[in-house]
Amino acid sequence: MRVSSESELAEAIRDASGPLTVMGGGTRPVGRPVDGTPLSVAGISGIRLHEPGALTLVAAAGTPMTEIEATLAAAGQRLPFEPMDHRALLRTEGSPTIGGAVATNASGPRRVLAGACRDSLIGVRFVDGTGQIVKNGGRVMKNVTGYDLVKLMAGSHGTLGVLSEVAFKVLPRPETEATLVLHGLPAEQAVAAMSAALGSPYEVNGAAHLPDGRTLLRIEGFAASVAYRSEALARQLAEHGRADPVSAHDSVALWAGVRDVAPHLDEPGDVWRLSVKPSDAPGLAARAGGAALFDWGCGLVWLLRPEGEDLRARLGAFQGHATLVRASHETRARIAPFHPEIAPIAALSAGLRARFDPRGILNPGLMG
Amino acid sequence: MMDMPIPDAMVLDRRDRIIAGLLDLLPAEAVIHDPMETRAYECDALTAYRCAPLAAVLPATTQEVAAVLRLCHAEGVKVVPRGAGTSLAGGSLPTADSIILGVARMRAVLEVDYPNRFIRVQAGMTNLSVTGAVEEDGFFYAPDPSSQLACAIAGNIGMNSGGAHCLKYGVTTNNLLGVTIVLMDGTVVELGGAHMDAPGLDLLGVVCGSEGQLGVVTEATLRILPKPEGARPVLIGFESNEVAGECVSDIIKAGVLPVAIEFMDRPCIRATEAFAKAGYPDCEALLIIEVEGSAAEIDEQMGLISQIARKHDPVELRESRSADESARIWLGRKSAFGAMGQINDYMCLDGTIPVSSLPHVLRRIGEMSRDYGLEVANVFHAGDGNMHPLILFDANKPGDLERCEQLGADILTLCVEVGGCLTGEHGVGVEKRDLMTAQYDPADLEAQLRVKDAFDPKWLLNPAKVFPLDATASRRAA
Repeated sequence: MRVSSESELAEAIRDASGPLTVMGGGTRPVGRPVDGTPLSVAGISGIRLHEPGALTLVAAAGTPMTEIEATLAAAGQRLPFEPMDHRALLRTEGSPTIGGAVATNASGPRRVLAGACRDSLIGVRFVDGTGQIVKNGGRVMKNVTGYDLVKLMAGSHGTLGVLSEVAFKVLPRPETEATLVLHGLPAEQAVAAMSAALGSPYEVNGAAHLPDGRTLLRIEGFAASVAYRSEALARQLAEHGRADPVSAHDSVALWAGVRDVAPHLDEPGDVWRLSVKPSDAPGLAARAGGAALFDWGCGLVWLLRPEGEDLRARLGAFQGHATLVRASHETRARIAPFHPEIAPIAALSAGLRARFDPRGILNPGLMG
Repeated sequence: MMDMPIPDAMVLDRRDRIIAGLLDLLPAEAVIHDPMETRAYECDALTAYRCAPLAAVLPATTQEVAAVLRLCHAEGVKVVPRGAGTSLAGGSLPTADSIILGVARMRAVLEVDYPNRFIRVQAGMTNLSVTGAVEEDGFFYAPDPSSQLACAIAGNIGMNSGGAHCLKYGVTTNNLLGVTIVLMDGTVVELGGAHMDAPGLDLLGVVCGSEGQLGVVTEATLRILPKPEGARPVLIGFESNEVAGECVSDIIKAGVLPVAIEFMDRPCIRATEAFAKAGYPDCEALLIIEVEGSAAEIDEQMGLISQIARKHDPVELRESRSADESARIWLGRKSAFGAMGQINDYMCLDGTIPVSSLPHVLRRIGEMSRDYGLEVANVFHAGDGNMHPLILFDANKPGDLERCEQLGADILTLCVEVGGCLTGEHGVGVEKRDLMTAQYDPADLEAQLRVKDAFDPKWLLNPAKVFPLDATASRRAA
């Protein structure tokens, strides 16, 4: 089923007789597989409003990411949260949509300073499981009028409602960027170097450690400022080793690779995503074994593991959570892709879903 | 005038038993029930509305909060959470049949972690004392509401408070990593923590800004940031609001992101000048723009901003060159509310508008001000469109408060009409409760009510706030 307007979407959901598999571009098939009638919102497309002087963008949920990025770039702006393109990792094709980025709360390396997708999202329109159109938030960046359903919808994977429109605070695109590379640090020392960088006043907005031992630190802004801050940062990090600068051009490519989990793309196996306290990450990655890509100053770990392994059983109890992002249909049906919640939180989540989608037809079971 | 629900006679009848039950759970000094003493909790910073609660309790631990809530849940007693009582929206206004649950005794720092850049505190800590706990080590907590000396983190989370610097750093929800929250039935839940995102639904996101209606936050994990190397403001005066608005837009379009862009109009400039004598020019509109970084970076950004501003023929452009000059530039802005208080009683509004609507909205406010015969001064965060019109009135003059409230409602409705919202950082509370239908359709409100149903099915937590009473009547009665 493909709908081309919000009212058609509402009608489709109202008339649905069974479970629906909700999708935008269909490039991010994460979570427990859903056996439902496909419902695509890719036809609800187009930028509704872009006010560069107010740092505001409003777009229909099915708008392709390429269109969003091109429109913003033409005004020297961008989305703050550097959303991941899941296609290479998940081996999918198609055109990622802005609604899909919101539904998965897709947030890349810049999350460590600029916040996640949910932090830039300022308004939503969606259709709940009864076919009712609901709006929340709006197009202004400071808004505390009523409950913040905007945050609730970000990352809800279509299980509370189907997004039809999303609004963002956007940011100026910086004049240039620079990346410092430290070589050969073990993960424990890399996290210390990244913590020092992120705790400095130099506004580091990318901090990653690659499986090949490179540690990357990114600085963006006006050219003179970037030059000043990268030199100051390199001096501050002297005790961690020599920090080599790379060109802006190479920097862009390096961070696209971190964002899209390049080190694991061509390797066989399942890919897990750990969200943890940064200083816990090296120990957990060692306990897991295998190749690890650390982002967000070690707050995010991408682990490559043998197919079908239950990583949570291997790790035992830890603070944070583990999500199985890439695995076969069979594995994702057997091992809960989303980290099981403790009873009172699971009860709250179930209570919300039962009230927003009383028939249980929107991506049922996808998040557990 | 704002109505409050009729107190539950069944609860009032059981007053003695309820107080005895609370005294079983808490030390005697933590249960305030003498009518002379409960009056201290009859209002918050929205002083036009007052009602003493049945009792006020001041638990010292999460376990004590849980015990109080379990009792109130069993007895069907409403609970109104209270941080420091600085809400301008009446967020912690009690009803006669309710218990005030204050977190004022919960003020400890629980953990400071610089490598992972967070601090965990009890929710009664004041906003400024959080920064105070980490600033010697070069860190700060970013949200800075103007009441930050007094307001509690609990209230900041309840209202999703902002401040002058959120154009760059975001508001409370963008700086909140986790909470310990006690649900109305006494269940203690940890949401979030030192990690950066939620495993499932973003419950932390919906708790922040829920005005104490979903649970009582007792502890919070907050993101702390390294302090910038330096900061300096520039003051720019213009002959018209339109031109000032265009200047703001041009600066943002040029790719500069100042940490703060504050705007004052002529009535506000004159009042603060008379009060604080900061040396502001007598002009139609004044911008204070602050940038951060190293000395060289500040010079570079200042240069860009001044270059853009000069294209708009400013009547004055004064770049700060020293800490002293910075303090003078900020002096008037920081005295604005005090200056208004010297002139008369005032009501502070908090609507947000799209920045592009600024000139239109200021013109309309001027017209409304003349129609109502009440003076309005405007001071606000221009970078994010969060306005703070101050309506001057005389509380001792019969009918003035009502006219002021009506003018306030008209201004907020205007904010919604141009694509903005009723409140940018103060919250709805009781003050804007009845205006919610101007911004949201019944289905939009119903979706929000369902969230409360899931967290607090008996509707006992702060139930007479945020939503129009008729929209919640059946739920509150059930």
